Amino acid sequence: MTTELTQNRITDLFAHKSERLLNVYFTAGFPHLDDTVTVLRGLQQAGVDLVEIGMPYSDPVADGETIQQSNNRALENGMSLKTLFNQLAECRNEGRSGNPVTVPILLMGYINPVLQFGVEAFCQKCREVGVDGVILPDLPLDLFLAEYADTFREYGILNVNLITPQTTETRIRHIDAESDGFIYMVSSASITGATTGISESMRAYFERIRAMNLRNPCLIGFGINNHETFDTASEYASGAIVGSAFIRHLEQNGPSPEGIRNFVKTVRA
Amino acid sequence: MQTILEPQTSFSVSDAGFYGRFGGAFIPEMLYPNVEELRQNYLDMIADPGFQAEFWHLLEDFAGRPTPLFLAKRLSAQVGATVYLKREDLCHTGAHKINNTIGQILVAQRLGKKRIVAETGAGQHGVATATVCALMGLECIVYMGSVDIERQQPNVDRMRMLGAEVRPATSGSQTLKDATNEAMRHWINNPVDTHYIIGSVVGPHPYPDMVARFQSVISEEIRKQLLVKTGRENPDYVVACVGGGSNAAGAFYHYLHEPSVRLVAVEAAGLGVTSGHSAATTALGKPGVLHGSRTILMQTEDGQVTEPYSISAGLDYPGIGPLHAHLFESGRGDFYAITDDDAIEAGFNLSKLEGIIPAIETAHALAALPLMNLQPDDVVVVCLSGRGDKDLSTYSKYL
Repeated sequence: MTTELTQNRITDLFAHKSERLLNVYFTAGFPHLDDTVTVLRGLQQAGVDLVEIGMPYSDPVADGETIQQSNNRALENGMSLKTLFNQLAECRNEGRSGNPVTVPILLMGYINPVLQFGVEAFCQKCREVGVDGVILPDLPLDLFLAEYADTFREYGILNVNLITPQTTETRIRHIDAESDGFIYMVSSASITGATTGISESMRAYFERIRAMNLRNPCLIGFGINNHETFDTASEYASGAIVGSAFIRHLEQNGPSPEGIRNFVKTVRA
Repeated sequence: MQTILEPQTSFSVSDAGFYGRFGGAFIPEMLYPNVEELRQNYLDMIADPGFQAEFWHLLEDFAGRPTPLFLAKRLSAQVGATVYLKREDLCHTGAHKINNTIGQILVAQRLGKKRIVAETGAGQHGVATATVCALMGLECIVYMGSVDIERQQPNVDRMRMLGAEVRPATSGSQTLKDATNEAMRHWINNPVDTHYIIGSVVGPHPYPDMVARFQSVISEEIRKQLLVKTGRENPDYVVACVGGGSNAAGAFYHYLHEPSVRLVAVEAAGLGVTSGHSAATTALGKPGVLHGSRTILMQTEDGQVTEPYSISAGLDYPGIGPLHAHLFESGRGDFYAITDDDAIEAGFNLSKLEGIIPAIETAHALAALPLMNLQPDDVVVVCLSGRGDKDLSTYSKYL
């Protein structure tokens, strides 16, 4: 095992860029099993800054209907962590396409499949295929720190934590102190895909967080679905995360690079 | 008046919310403030004399406690031991579920919540929740799998009559697991004014412990009643069915630290443990995380949660409360798995022998008696968790 870790792509990204970053989520193996790398390359070509790949799960409690359905479809397609790592294995290399994937990659999903895979084996695989960070919403920070933080650190994998409008200031400070990479700011009290538009109270919350001057940059997610919401989020944070809206795009238009480019262009404008 | 607080020992929950290696609070950050608010307050709240007075008053005058401990003479003769039935089926609404919902509605009021959300499988917990919401004048939303809504229509009508809104859970297998997911999502979307009344000893800490404490009235009464009837507080066996495991947790609670009392948990084998249509979690499951706690759950090699099957909607759950996972792993509990057919037969058997039609869930516990190698001087208490009225359409297929 290598002990000399190269720099993390997420950390590198934020060192060079701090405004209007766009992170796009999609579910691995959706709409079709073999679409994962096609979508990933499409997003890179379209110029997104980070890509968040969903590890499908049978019981995604923090997700709304759109992402739930994409999870179900991916599982029906036969997606698993093993398959996902196989799909990602060559993407960082030149390969046939002569088009290596260089964009920072996060895996987002729920803790149970990771536990069954084995946390250390999971981190090792992430390292091997070039995954830079992980978002596991049902693994709370205290349990992560007590049981898994050392393993993640050993393999250079970032664990990205969430904050919400209800998170207390003390806890936000604690999360900030224990986070590397960025903080995922959930825009409102909701599951994914459940909101439309950005309200005044959300702006007040964004402002409150901005005024805290956290050591980590923040990306705002949940309810970011078009140019307007992306722009507003970018006023207050380093950028934003689009999920359900992109899943709907894939559902309707499939994984064509041109379609993805248009989608990203519309959001970024 | 008795307190429902017990000293902490190895089968009690740890400060961090674990039973052995099971339990904890594996929840998204969106639920953290709610669960943390509950965790910080629940012990003081339920220890408060005012709370205790109201809780016991409602258990007695509203729910009909204490429930009888009945010596089942003909059943005893049949199984060759002394068998007592703890008659939770005589509780208001027809099952033990009301013990927990009374406790939790008092907690919700003290937390200043305006709305209640709950999940339900067979509908018993949904009815018990709708009942206490009507009593207290709180808005009530119950998520129920679409499949369960079809097969438990009388309970759906009861909930609606009590003023609750029943919302179908249309994701996944459209049963209890999915109803629980939807209730959790609802809570994420409504974090400030809503309390989630979980119906079993599952979910993130402090739910398993809080629900077990509210259900512990069952074993508290068993101890007193058995002493009067037999001169001893401790039976040799306490037997209960386990889906999530709330009636079992309540019946075991005051015996957890009495090693002479064997704790017998009975799961649903469905069509047979290895048939692919089963809910025998400890036989088929592995450690994992579901609905906020680390426990034993039925899952694929890839960690996807498996759809369970049982003829009884109340045992149709792929997990088990973390306390029970710990009882299983530590060997403190004996676990049996009973098939649909054996459960139905045990239901008919009790009906004819003792004049009591049990819920099909409960019938699983009764079906374990012949497997336990009972001796003539053994004293056995079976938690008769619910009545069979709701199951007549299923039973009638076997008439």
